[in-house]
Amino acid sequence: MSVDILMPALSPTMEEGTLSKWLKKEGDAVKSGDIIAEIETDKATMEVEAVDEGVLAKILVPEGTEGVKVNAVIAVLSEDGESASDAAAKSKPAEAKPEARAEAAVPETDKAKPEPEAEREAAPPKAAVKADPSIPEGTNFTETTVRDALRDAMAEEMRRDERVFVMGEEVAQYQGAYKVTRELLQEFGERRVIDTPITEHGFAGLGVGAAFAGLKPIVEFMTFNFAMQAIDQIINSAAKTLYMSGGQMGCPIVFRGPNGAASRVGAQHSQDYSAWYAQIPGLKVIAPYDAADAKGLLKAAIRDPNPVVFLEHELLYGQSFPVPDMDDFVLPIGKAAVKREGTDVTLVAHSRMVGFALQAAERLAEEGISAEVIDLRTLRPLDTDTVIESVKKTNRLVCCEEGWRFMGVGAEIAATVVAEAFDYLDAPPVRVHQKDVPLPYAANLEALSLPNADDIVRAAKKVCEGAF
Amino acid sequence: MATKPKSSKKVPAKAPKADMLKFYREMLLIRRFEEKAGQLYGMGKIAGFCHLYIGQEAVVTGMQACLKDGDQVITGYRDHGHMLACGMDPKGVMAELTGRVGGLSKGKGGSMHMFSKEKNFFGGHGIVGAQVPLGTGLAFANKYRGNDNISVAYFGDGAANQGQVYEAFNMASLWKLPVIYVIENNMYAMGTSVERHASETELFKRGISFEIEGEEVDGMDVLAVREAGEKAVKHARSGKGPFILEMKTYRYRGHSMSDPAKYRKREEVDDIRSHHDPIEGLKGQLIEQGHATEDDLKKIDNEIKAIVKEASDFSLESPEPDADQLWTDVLIEGEV
Repeated sequence: MSVDILMPALSPTMEEGTLSKWLKKEGDAVKSGDIIAEIETDKATMEVEAVDEGVLAKILVPEGTEGVKVNAVIAVLSEDGESASDAAAKSKPAEAKPEARAEAAVPETDKAKPEPEAEREAAPPKAAVKADPSIPEGTNFTETTVRDALRDAMAEEMRRDERVFVMGEEVAQYQGAYKVTRELLQEFGERRVIDTPITEHGFAGLGVGAAFAGLKPIVEFMTFNFAMQAIDQIINSAAKTLYMSGGQMGCPIVFRGPNGAASRVGAQHSQDYSAWYAQIPGLKVIAPYDAADAKGLLKAAIRDPNPVVFLEHELLYGQSFPVPDMDDFVLPIGKAAVKREGTDVTLVAHSRMVGFALQAAERLAEEGISAEVIDLRTLRPLDTDTVIESVKKTNRLVCCEEGWRFMGVGAEIAATVVAEAFDYLDAPPVRVHQKDVPLPYAANLEALSLPNADDIVRAAKKVCEGAF
Repeated sequence: MATKPKSSKKVPAKAPKADMLKFYREMLLIRRFEEKAGQLYGMGKIAGFCHLYIGQEAVVTGMQACLKDGDQVITGYRDHGHMLACGMDPKGVMAELTGRVGGLSKGKGGSMHMFSKEKNFFGGHGIVGAQVPLGTGLAFANKYRGNDNISVAYFGDGAANQGQVYEAFNMASLWKLPVIYVIENNMYAMGTSVERHASETELFKRGISFEIEGEEVDGMDVLAVREAGEKAVKHARSGKGPFILEMKTYRYRGHSMSDPAKYRKREEVDDIRSHHDPIEGLKGQLIEQGHATEDDLKKIDNEIKAIVKEASDFSLESPEPDADQLWTDVLIEGEV
């Protein structure tokens, strides 16, 4: 049997090259791995190795030939027992071979008709999201800090599922740098509440590996600022592996910790990463405001089979909110909440900005403007339906976020509303955000840099200008 | 020129005939598979980055022989050999290389990203060194569950300089995690030789400050690899924590298919191929010790050839994934 030796492609972009040198002559025995020729492209010289064993029966393209197309037959190899001349006789010259490498390289399906429009949609069809569970009549509510609500969520899920464990810096003996993991060590022991070295990249990767193996880690970052050291593992390993494995390798993990500005800690400890993580397919991103949402959504995040980035806020940890006394209060991921109903302007916010939006709505009401406040709660998947429904009613939109405006969460929401509810808008959407500088330390500059209720009131009045 | 692989063992490792023949077959499958992959790349059937394992076959073949069901394996992007050694179907591996639906990741992962839950193969990772904390996490899960499984994390001499590797070493030793770190030192981190990229070129010493025992192994001798592997496995499985094996090995091809490997001399490659080739070496031993004749081995060669041909044919016949596959496998629905 004879084997055609083809002009190889040495890179994904190569179409032709120069066959600069033959290192074997006709009649030479070659075995797989032997260098038989050298090829030059505009970028490099590469060696051609034989992949079969036999005798080089016929050289069809002499050395020094330029412009040899990829996949052209350059020589013929005779295998076991066949005479070299037989093999040569059977061969066809290079020119006779269809030259276009593209033909050979592109599978049949590629040449099919253009795909129908439906297959070119920018996003997959939206999955239906459940509504919040109804809270039975007569349920008691307990004033709980966000800190304790988060702790309770972890404790309940750890009681429920042996696979759940929490790891991070100072989560065990120190009881949490912000005391969010208080008393977990006492209840669950050091096997499931694990102090790590200060090595975010390493322990985030370790957590992802444990999740691949079927455990359900909660990885606490002391703050999300430090998670930048680990962001490769969060995105490249946790978020992308399910897809790259064709659906085999799930990663049920929660990365949680405080995100955004704290108080007077300077630029490196005060960044809002909402927009960063919310951009990544394969992640879910949650950023709650009040204690009940913090609890219900953290429980949902821990149960979720996907990697979840759970963005908390240090300045909310100590704030108290009513939390329903229910055995198992789990909220749906991907559902925004209308925190205050209104008719004149929609204020969209998440995390700490929801508090400012509520304060702003209160003040706007005093001036006769009825603001609706939407707490996004989840950033990915983003509940744009709730936002659009609201804008259809109010016809005005203010997007509030603690992070920078540029390429931010507000930009995404405004673009979506413009695309899907353009005719309902009576004014261009306005964004409230941090100033476009690293967060300063000086008290006055810090205050100038961060968005607050005043900014939201101003923005709301701007979009309502001329309406009243 | 890079330091030649050298054996740390004075007494050559021995093995029964059946094992030797099994290793011969497994290494040959990797070699022929990779040659075919190189050929398909040359024909434009495989695209993107494609890192061949040719020359390093003894490392994964010898190590896999030390593992039992339930043990886990993870590696970087030079991963085809590891998949085959883990028992993954050559057809599925090759079809992933050609980006077809019959590939192990349904065509969505490619050369560097393949996985098999069934075979406990956890990838296939494209970011240099990322598999080391991940593999340590697999070991963490074993310890957490209290089973006696271990994990093996393979990485190259280039990855051995990554910071996260040492973060993982620290935790693995601190928590006595059952993990074996196999450094496949093929002498070049892409185009930069070990001498040019590593302040301490004896990479098995890299665990010293973490109190992790390490050993240098002739990675071109499958029996030496197996012997060292058994020791490391025993260590990890008995609860003593991690172990480092530095496999002195060599890749014959460039770093990836588009690397002409001009940073080393042809003579260096030729010398190793002629004097240290893992397959030729074992073949010599098989014949010398009267375990097989040339004809016996030729028969194996032909069997392997047929398997590789079948894989290649499958990889070209399998269709590309349907367009609706674009949207699947981003997230899992429901709870776990």
